[in-house]
Amino acid sequence: MADQKEKIVEVKHLKQYFNIGKKNEVKAIDDVSFYIYKGETLGLVGESGSGKSTTGRSIIRLYSPTDGEILFEGQDISKIKNHSKNMKKFRKEMQMIFQDPYASLNPRMKVKDIISEGLDIHGIATGKEEREEKIAELLDMVNLNPEHMSRYPYEFSGGQRQRIGIARALAVDPQFIIADEPISALDVSIQAQVVNLLQDIQKERGLTYLFIAHDLSMVKYISDRIAVMYHGKIVELASADEIYDNPLHSYTKSLLSAIPIPDPETEKKRTRIDFDHSQAFTDQHSFREVLPGHFLYCTEEEAANIK
Amino acid sequence: MENLPNISKDKLKLVTKTNDQDKEKLDTPSLTYMQDVRRRLFSNKVSMVTLTILVIIILISILAPLIAPHDPNAQQVTYANLPPKLAQLNIPGFNGFQNQNGHMVDAYKQLNVPKGQYYILGTDYLGRDLLSRIIYGTRLSLFVAFVATLVDLIIGVPYGIISGWRGGRVDAFMQRFIEIISSVPNLIVVILMISVLQPGITSIILAIAVTEWVTMARLVRAQTFQLKEQEYILAARTLGESSFKIAMKHLIPNLSSTIIIQTMFTIPTAIFFEAFLSYIGIGVPAPNASLGTLLSNGQLSFRFLPYQMWAPAIILSIIMICTNLLGDGLRDAFDPQSDH
Repeated sequence: MADQKEKIVEVKHLKQYFNIGKKNEVKAIDDVSFYIYKGETLGLVGESGSGKSTTGRSIIRLYSPTDGEILFEGQDISKIKNHSKNMKKFRKEMQMIFQDPYASLNPRMKVKDIISEGLDIHGIATGKEEREEKIAELLDMVNLNPEHMSRYPYEFSGGQRQRIGIARALAVDPQFIIADEPISALDVSIQAQVVNLLQDIQKERGLTYLFIAHDLSMVKYISDRIAVMYHGKIVELASADEIYDNPLHSYTKSLLSAIPIPDPETEKKRTRIDFDHSQAFTDQHSFREVLPGHFLYCTEEEAANIK
Repeated sequence: MENLPNISKDKLKLVTKTNDQDKEKLDTPSLTYMQDVRRRLFSNKVSMVTLTILVIIILISILAPLIAPHDPNAQQVTYANLPPKLAQLNIPGFNGFQNQNGHMVDAYKQLNVPKGQYYILGTDYLGRDLLSRIIYGTRLSLFVAFVATLVDLIIGVPYGIISGWRGGRVDAFMQRFIEIISSVPNLIVVILMISVLQPGITSIILAIAVTEWVTMARLVRAQTFQLKEQEYILAARTLGESSFKIAMKHLIPNLSSTIIIQTMFTIPTAIFFEAFLSYIGIGVPAPNASLGTLLSNGQLSFRFLPYQMWAPAIILSIIMICTNLLGDGLRDAFDPQSDH
């Protein structure tokens, strides 16, 4: 990965704790650092509860980070106040696509009202006709019939709803989109549709994605680089091919060994690699660049061995 | 391939995107959400019938001074306990006859009521016209119900939304406050009010204002807690929507069924609360009538003069049934999915 590429998002030592100081304190994200280049797709994978979604929600400031910095286009957005002027500007630049297409659209709003919410907030396309035109354009972009703008969400299928969600995110013309498991609630045939749509839009508009998922094959397909998360920490980050061909962290190896392959012969022989996490997190461990562009959560000794 | 029929080229047409779209074109005009709600409500027959009945009852009670045939509080002891009589028509039950010791007797003749004078629903034990008293009584009961609903909506709903939306310490504080209020029995609140104020409509309304909204606030808070984790609320937040707008555009429409159902409970509760207070003598002071006082008076002589209780009881039941059915209709009207 070329270093001269422009970084659009840079996360430095991000920490997100919940119920601080109480018995049930949770360290959902514990000292995570990474960056995302402009125009690329960074896949974020990990098991349930590893902190993937929390990372996304902290970056988009649905949560207020406990500690650390989030630089968006060089500006630290981790501490700007809710509903301030800077926040409003930031809200326009970064958008999110949600996991559950049945929960992400207000059942009591029409499609055009759902999509135009962002337009209203940011004062885009204010006239009535101009607005309808813009909504139609957005629906067309996500391959939905603009005639359907006065329908309610329940009249659409899961894939169509997800595309309405994408249109809503695109309405404010953002540069960076966090896709929080956008396909995990969809049918396999629809998954490809939505992923292809996301890629087409990315090409067309030069968007940057943070793609959160747990479907490894899909992540490899869409991502330029992949970050593997475990227990609130990123354990490995490298280009998609590098992660698949040369996994260094034992957790990554374990994850990759779990991918089923649609071939009975291979499946019979496939053995899962178990991951022993008792040795993985000690004081000596930290996030280091062991090979060019390949980051690993490891001890200094391990890093030296790899180099 | 040889079996294929020979179709000339000009019969084929290139299908383009626009052709497809025309097929899916919607004929229905595009309405806003609120217009949709109105359309659904108006197309529901039960709602329209109950709404009409309620509007008529409300209009009559508003226009009570014009409509009531007699002064509701004027006593005429000589004409006490007259049975219902409607003009000179001989309708059973409305002809002025009364059962006395097994014989049907014309009570109006017995008491020498002048020929042209009659009471449609009869008179009570002080000779007051029951119809006029019911009209005025309905007016008062509906007013109490209206105030209770208003308090529910103006205090209960925002209180619940704020408590649920803010969560954390604000919520804890607001909930302790509710617990304190609801731990004091209503009756004690009223008695305390009366020790400061005169017994009457003001103290009843104040007591309702202090206590009635608590259930609504609790229900709305619980629901808000669920709703605020919904992804469409998160989406609104990532778009930069203000909390107030989120409440108005997302929370309230989705809370509407809870709010409507709870209001449907509030209306009868308030009417009965007033009736109960009047019954034990700390509500509406005599001689003013409310549906509650009419029922309690009628109940005293129900075995001998049943009409004195029937009339207010029927009116109260009609109001209850209509508000409940209308509530159901409203709840459906607010739900887009009820069309199918």
